[in-house]
Amino acid sequence: MAAENKIEVKNLHKCYGDIEVLKGMNITVKEGEVVCLIGPSGSGKSTFLRCLNRLEERTSGDILINQKNLYDKKTDINQLRQNIGMVFQHFNLFENLNITDNITLAPVMLRKMNKTAAEQKAIELLTTVGLADKADSYPTQLSGGQKQRCAIARSLAMNPDIMLFDEPTSALDPEMVGEVLNVMKELAANGMTMVVVTHEMGFAREVSDRVIFMDDGQIVEEGTPENIFEHPQMKRTRDFLNKIL
Amino acid sequence: MSFIEVLINNMPSFLAALVLTLQLAVCALIIATIIGTITGIFTVSVHKTLQVISGIYIDLIRGTPLLVQTFIIYYGLAQVLRPYGFQWAKLGGPFTAGVVTLSINAGAYMAEIVRGGITAVDSGQVEAARSLGLSSWQTMRKIILPQAFKTMLPSLINQFIISIKDTSLISIIGIRELTQNGKILAANSISRVMLIWLVVALFYFIICTLLARFAKIVERKIAYGSRK
Repeated sequence: MAAENKIEVKNLHKCYGDIEVLKGMNITVKEGEVVCLIGPSGSGKSTFLRCLNRLEERTSGDILINQKNLYDKKTDINQLRQNIGMVFQHFNLFENLNITDNITLAPVMLRKMNKTAAEQKAIELLTTVGLADKADSYPTQLSGGQKQRCAIARSLAMNPDIMLFDEPTSALDPEMVGEVLNVMKELAANGMTMVVVTHEMGFAREVSDRVIFMDDGQIVEEGTPENIFEHPQMKRTRDFLNKIL
Repeated sequence: MSFIEVLINNMPSFLAALVLTLQLAVCALIIATIIGTITGIFTVSVHKTLQVISGIYIDLIRGTPLLVQTFIIYYGLAQVLRPYGFQWAKLGGPFTAGVVTLSINAGAYMAEIVRGGITAVDSGQVEAARSLGLSSWQTMRKIILPQAFKTMLPSLINQFIISIKDTSLISIIGIRELTQNGKILAANSISRVMLIWLVVALFYFIICTLLARFAKIVERKIAYGSRK
């Protein structure tokens, strides 16, 4: 039996004024699939990712998440977002809340989870990302890598079935990249559906089921990591990989 | 010393006036904070109408003197609304008119402070909250306002201090608060004019300085995580 389509993007266009940054994207992501988006800066990777939970509004085209049209008037976007976790380049932990409250805020508020159960779950999540001792700290007291692991835990607390990662390691010191990637690898191994915008080619090669190379608002080439990294078909892909590998 | 003498001899009247000044300020500032928060949120609202309405309100208040606003509300409103049976006397007299004027006045300045505080919150904070599924109002309440409050606090206290001093202008419509009381005392004792006004100034100085000190303590308390 074929796995269910978690994300379907059909002919997605996005313009900022006169500038078209996404020029007709078509992508399908199946349940449990890990898809990495790679490409040069300004190619529209992040914009595309942010369209998937409507942090950016599309100009035209359709996006279906769990077979639900994101732009259907009947779709409750806040409801839908509860099932789509998002991890940002700059972590965006809530600065006014401590680590535990960062994690319990959404489950308590939106899932009506009771506070004690939510805190219990927060501790479990913090343990899996190796931050159990930081439960009472504030974001300003954490290093970048710790913040990002906590941000992942915050997303996971909502039990999302899709996780979006927007350059999760780009703002980290080199020695902290590994600890975040390890958490993501574990997530992938546990069957999470993931879309990852990244410059970490090692991660893309090792973890993803499919790699998509984007340039100038379009998909240039997509395929298994082996196909993309070992036998790229398009010149544009080869040029890009030559430059960064 | 005659400064102390002036103070002690007129203590009951000074204290009564001080109480009136404080009542005026506290009532006005509570209402102004509510007006300011709501209009401040309106200024960053996605609804154009709310934006325009709050913009006009802020411009009108900031573009006219408090004294003129006081006359418009106390004398002007009374004249225009008299045919409908309106009288300030029925609503608590000049005190109420003073509270209304000061609230509307300070509310506009606070709206600007709130707007500044809200726009200073990093947009990433909002995106993170919305991506978890929080509505815009939930995000405002749990994330934006608490963070905005921290940056707003110094300007907010500053506005409180300005408004406390602005109560002296309200003396013009005949409320015997500190300034009006000073005027009456001075009129009755020409030889001590300087001393009387110095005592009046001292009262304002003490209230405002205490408030500023208090603000510093609160500021330190809410610096989450960075200091103990």
